[in-house]
Amino acid sequence: MQITLEHLTKAFPSRNRKEKAEVIAVNDFTYEIPDGTLTGLLGPSGCGKSTTLNLICGLETPTSGKIYFGTDDVTHLPPEARGVGIVFQNYALYPHLTVLENILFPLQNLRGQEKLPKNVMLDKAKEAAGLVQIEQLLDRRPKELSGGQQQRVAIARALVKRPRVLLLDEPLSNLDARLRLQTREEIRRIQRETGITTVFVTHDQEEAMSISDQIVVMKDGVVQQIGQPQRVYDDPVNLFVTKFLGTPPVNVFEGEIRSGQLYLGQDAVLPFAAPDKNVYVGIRPEGFVPSETGKLACAVQAVEVMGRDTSVVCTHPAAQARIRAIISAENVIQGNTVRFDLKPYKVHVFDRDSEVRIYGN
Amino acid sequence: MENSQKSKLGKAVTIVLLTLWALIVLFPFYWMILTSVKSYSAYNSEYIPAFYTLQPTLQNYVDAFSAVPLGRYFLNTLIYTGITTLLMLVVVVLSAYAFARLNFAGRKTLFTLFLSLMMIPNELVVITNYVTMTNLRLRNTFAGLILPSVASIFYIYLLKENFEQVPEELYKAAKVDGTTDLKYLLKVMMPICQPTIVTIAILKIIECWNAYVWPRLITDNQAYFLVSNGIQEIRENGFGRENIPAMMAAVVVISLPLMVLFLVFHKKIMEGVSRGGTKG
Amino acid sequence: MRQRNLKGWLYLLPALLFLGVFMVYPLIDVMVYSVEEGYNSASQTYFGVGLYNFSYVLHDPYFLQAVKNTLLLVIITVPLSTALALLISVQLSSITKLKELYQTIFFLPYVTNTLAVGLVFMILFKKTPYSDGMINALIHLFGGESVDFIDGPYWAKMLVMCLYTIWVVMPFKILILTSALASVNPDYYKVARVDATPKWRIFTKITLPMISPMIFYLVITGFIGAFKAYSDEVALFGTNLNAAGMNTIVGYVYDMLYGDSGGYPSYASAAALILFAIVLTITVINLLVSRRHVTYS
Repeated sequence: MQITLEHLTKAFPSRNRKEKAEVIAVNDFTYEIPDGTLTGLLGPSGCGKSTTLNLICGLETPTSGKIYFGTDDVTHLPPEARGVGIVFQNYALYPHLTVLENILFPLQNLRGQEKLPKNVMLDKAKEAAGLVQIEQLLDRRPKELSGGQQQRVAIARALVKRPRVLLLDEPLSNLDARLRLQTREEIRRIQRETGITTVFVTHDQEEAMSISDQIVVMKDGVVQQIGQPQRVYDDPVNLFVTKFLGTPPVNVFEGEIRSGQLYLGQDAVLPFAAPDKNVYVGIRPEGFVPSETGKLACAVQAVEVMGRDTSVVCTHPAAQARIRAIISAENVIQGNTVRFDLKPYKVHVFDRDSEVRIYGN
Repeated sequence: MENSQKSKLGKAVTIVLLTLWALIVLFPFYWMILTSVKSYSAYNSEYIPAFYTLQPTLQNYVDAFSAVPLGRYFLNTLIYTGITTLLMLVVVVLSAYAFARLNFAGRKTLFTLFLSLMMIPNELVVITNYVTMTNLRLRNTFAGLILPSVASIFYIYLLKENFEQVPEELYKAAKVDGTTDLKYLLKVMMPICQPTIVTIAILKIIECWNAYVWPRLITDNQAYFLVSNGIQEIRENGFGRENIPAMMAAVVVISLPLMVLFLVFHKKIMEGVSRGGTKG
Repeated sequence: MRQRNLKGWLYLLPALLFLGVFMVYPLIDVMVYSVEEGYNSASQTYFGVGLYNFSYVLHDPYFLQAVKNTLLLVIITVPLSTALALLISVQLSSITKLKELYQTIFFLPYVTNTLAVGLVFMILFKKTPYSDGMINALIHLFGGESVDFIDGPYWAKMLVMCLYTIWVVMPFKILILTSALASVNPDYYKVARVDATPKWRIFTKITLPMISPMIFYLVITGFIGAFKAYSDEVALFGTNLNAAGMNTIVGYVYDMLYGDSGGYPSYASAAALILFAIVLTITVINLLVSRRHVTYS
């Protein structure tokens, strides 16, 4: 099911009663989520990603704009009429019901013509349980399950009615690191197997990058960039997106474009064909190549050997913080100073005022 | 759209229901105030009672204080409530602190014993207390009124829980600094746990103000009556004749202090009660 | 270590003294009293030891009347007040605007002197030769016969007693249920909405199970409280409850101890122990039932 968001806007009344000002949680969001894909809504807390999810779900109604599932306008439909399934961060499993009863719950809500015979409901519930591989847990109660198992139950419950759209709110943040890795692959697998258009919300960029077909990066209610994870990572449109994606994070420098050269402090690091101005420069950790003749000279603070890679922590007068460079472990760093050449496609340049990306010609 | 009409109807039903219950709750209060300002003759001439009065009078309040010793009852209750609450606080704070912070042999066993005493209904122990107090010739004394009402295991439990939430590091640091236990209790624990202590005090005040059973047993001299058995005395032998407006004036006077306390502290009281208080 | 031990007991000394003298000793003593036959409080002597006191109490028509009154009160008011409190709390939880005001008003009876407000109920329901009273005026308005609810037929007195008891116990129940309802995670309701769960099913399958521990808590404390009813009855019917035929078990205990027919601590002790046994039994039954039904806690 293709989901179309058209100029979607949601404003909340301000919490401060004296001020009439509104808080705009989602501002003019337009996008078509392709059928059968997994989309990650990504951003820091308060960026409007959860509100967007609630709008798609129908738990909130937009102030303006439209939402279509396929060609159906669902903007003003209540959630129960939209055919969506949702999984909350805390899973919201009914603690007094067994796993099977939890999964059966949505089916038992069907009334009138839609009402199913008992054995059909049972088959459907078991099928959903099979999909998330929890058939052996059906008689347990939620508190007897691990976090990962609880989440599978919640997904099974959301899937049992074969929703047109599956929504996941911070699906991994209540799990420990090891389970998180395993579960995100699981979510990917389930989504592939069912082919249900899935939207999930996360503040963890790594999580979003690793499993999404496309990511939507948001900040203060405004969509910053949409695209395939690798594309967004390689070609960010502004400083915020650059900083938000990638671990370790991008290294930011205060730089300057002067007569076709990009300067970081006194070092002219790259040719850059653009009008002269002050800029921010973001360099990915993997963009540094140690070289005797390198243009960027940094003072080494620490060298952390991590096996496959080596992480060099160093300083540079133009850098906003300590620099972290990830280089191949074959390089040997000696002495107090290291010189780097830069991979041009790992270096992004931004206007100092607007923080919008500047491209060299 | 049909849906929104339905929900509007639901909302209206909700408001009507809540308002109806609010009226049921408030009506007796309205009636007591109304009756207390009707004159004796006006009240008695109404075969069907009127819902309002055009000639309010304060004469009943004068009668309530002059014809019966309402002032005396009032003062007794103040003394009883004040001393009982203070004593209770001393006892409760000390033992809660002992259970929460002091390490001594038998602490856990003793605490379990305390908790199991909570199940003992008052009715069982009142009998012996009555006999004991009578034998000690403490009937019709404040000591007799107050002493059996002091101990409150539930409040010890409540405060102990609260004391335990104060980080133990504070206690260790104070010990290192050479602070005595008593000073630590007074200067650190009590200020930090002041909200709970205030809640306990208020709940005890309410309990004391409404006490009826024990005061009735232990006093038969009007000079030591509290408001509860005072009002019962007024009802039964009161003003020489049945004077309901004056009786209502007395009821208003008796109810007023707690009403004021409630209006000032309603959040605290409701929070305290919902944390496990029960009436009486 | 010794000194620390000493200090702990020292801090506990006041509590131990008070509890020892006024709770532990009486507890043992009451059992002794209950088996001392023919105890004379003036000479403090007794004839022998046995269960005669229990037998006397159980054959005393006043006691049987008190048991009947108390049981009726319990059976009528506990379910009614709990259900009504649940209804009101659910409604209260569904509004936002005047919630706090309503909540505060509903809690008001909790802080009132029940003796004093009981008198107001008494005059509202009472019928005298000079006046019909407010409630009878209302009954007239709807074309009914006036009844004296205070000195009249048994059912009328029982009705007032139940009404007043419900009025008195509601604040606590509403408060507890409202906070129980507020503590249910809203995500449950959101999921239920997305799953198109009908309102009634949300209530019976989600809300009720979630707050069931609190409901059972209220039922248990409600039972215990109603079994101990006494001062509300005094407020309505006066101190001579036996004469009014409206005595309760606790009232019987006190009347045996003191008052017009008083001076029999042995009978009072036996009656109090019978009451304790009844309450304990019912509480245990309640707990067993709740263990079976309250799976979530």
